[in-house]
Parts: sequence; structure tokens; C-alpha cells
Amino acid sequence: MCEVIVITSGKGGVGKTTTTANLGSGLAALGKKVVMIDTDIGLRNLDVVMGLENRIVYNLVDVVEGVCRVKQALIRDKRYPGLYLLPSAQTRDKTAVNENQMIKLIEYLRPQFDYILLDCPAGIEQGFKNAVVGADRAIVVTTPEVSAIRDADRIIGLLESHETKQIDLLLNRMRLDLVKKGDMMSPTDVVDILGIPLIGVIPDDEQVVISTNQGEALVETPSLAGRAYRNISLRITGEKIPIELFQSISFWTRVSNIFHKN
Amino acid sequence: MKKIQIFKKKSSGDIAKDRLKVLLISDRINCSPHTLNLMKQDIIKCISKYMSIDEEHMEIVLKKNNKRGKNKKPSLYANIPILDIHE
Repeated sequence: MCEVIVITSGKGGVGKTTTTANLGSGLAALGKKVVMIDTDIGLRNLDVVMGLENRIVYNLVDVVEGVCRVKQALIRDKRYPGLYLLPSAQTRDKTAVNENQMIKLIEYLRPQFDYILLDCPAGIEQGFKNAVVGADRAIVVTTPEVSAIRDADRIIGLLESHETKQIDLLLNRMRLDLVKKGDMMSPTDVVDILGIPLIGVIPDDEQVVISTNQGEALVETPSLAGRAYRNISLRITGEKIPIELFQSISFWTRVSNIFHKN
Repeated sequence: MKKIQIFKKKSSGDIAKDRLKVLLISDRINCSPHTLNLMKQDIIKCISKYMSIDEEHMEIVLKKNNKRGKNKKPSLYANIPILDIHE
């Protein structure tokens, strides 16, 4: 049975595209057949994060306008045989696609895939509506900052009124060293405020920048963030894995902590 | 140890959490702190007709219902100490 998951956040720059790319790769690494749809028309990004920017011929707008068949627009990933990308158009805007067209496209893709991941644009306008309309469940990405959490709360309210069946929280860029000092809200604090279940915590990891630079998937690396994404992929498939709080404290921080202990 | 904790400044993480809690309540029901304040003044005026109340120690706040969903509306919580009942 196919599950359609929208990855959304409200605020921009919190890691929706990185999350989509890595959950897509993570699920495909588990042997699932996955298609990722970039719904951010006009600001195409998922292709470049996946390292597939040179393979684009047709895009989402071409598909809904009937310029090409769906199959022609799907790009097969270079690493995982079961992973496909439907890129967004770069030269158009959000009004180029409407909600009915998205539902039609998703219903067409549903029988062919195990998971459909929708990378949602920032904001709550037409692009958001297009991305959430066909989704069975949502993953709300946020960082432990007041602005991102406020926007996430607004998005959760909108998803609830859309009657999205399941809404989970993904907490990105967590720094346990700051949490310990009391200078960052802890995962418990954020869950307490937003009131939805936590599907995973991604530590603030420099490997995210490195992998994105190279257009490679994090899930292949032995990094902490890669492991966190692998675990979230497993949780999506229904496995019960306890949430780890990854601690990436360097040797020198540990030494200085000894001296700073009260 | 405990004494040090008491005099310690509130951590920025706690400040963020407290600010968000207040902010999200008004965001969720679309009610600004200003409206809430006006309502508070009206409640004081109304009750003062019948009894004198301790305005300094009274508390009127919107409490969030932590479980989300359609029927989980926030509620208005009022704790008003009475000083004297007018005859």
C-alpha cells in the first residue's frame, strides 16, 4: 500500500528539502519504491540537493499540462534503483499547478510506488495547498528556535483543518551542548509546546553541509545526522525504534566542561 | 548548590519556551494580548459591582489544552481573590 507524505514547515530554511532527499534515500535503501516530488515551483532545489540537476528534461508543470507523460518526467536516482524524482519547474510560479491536478497526479502514481514524498515550499499560499491536498500524512520540520516553532504551530493548525490523518514532528539542527547549558529548547520542550508526536531529532552536523555540497545522500555516511535519518526512515515504515539524542561533543568541549563545572 | 540555582538568571532556553507558550495561545485563537487585557478590565469592572477583589493577586489567563485536535479549545482560567462582599 502506498503512503503519501508531505514534508512541510511553514518557515523557510529549516531543512525540508534536505529531509525529503534523505528520507527518500533512506526509504529506498530499505528496498522501498519511492518517488519524491518537488512542489516548490519557481524555486527548484531538490534536484540539486540530490545531485540530479543535469538530468532534468521535463518537470512537474510539463506533466500537469500534458506536455509529456509522467514516466518521461521521472528521473531515476544515480544510487538507488527504486528512487525517483519529479522535479519542479524553475521558470513558472505556484499558480501553474492547482490542487485538482495534484490529486490526479498522486492518484496516478499511487499504485506504482510504496512512498510518495512531497517537498513542500515555505509559506502557506498556493504552493502549500498543492503539496498538502493529496497527502495521507505529514512530517513537520522545525528547528529549536522561536520563529520556526511559531510557524510550525500555524502549519499544524492548517494540516489539522485539512484533516491530514497523521502529523509528526521532526526536530532539526539540535545542539545538545546548548540544551545542556539551558540555551536551547530541548526536544521535550518543543514537543510540549507543539503537542504532536516526535518522529526524530537530527543533530546539527557539519556532514549535512558537506553532503549537500557534493549532492550526495547523508544516509550513506557514518555521520550522526545520517544515522538519525536512517532511523526516521525505519520509523516511517512502522518499526519501533527509540529516539536517540545524538551527542556530538568534541574532545576540547569535554575538557573545558570539566573546568567549567560550577 | 541550591542557593546558587535560585539566584541564577533564567536560561535563554526557558525564556524562549515561556515566550512561545504565551504567543501560541493568542496565535491559535486569534486573540491579541491587547484584546485579552481589555476583557480583563471588563471582568474586573463587572465583578467589582458586587464584591471588592484583590486586583494585585488576581489572575486571568488563557490556558492551552495540550492535546491537539478539533474539540480541544483553549479555556479561560480566572483566579480572583475576594476581599469583601458588598452588602
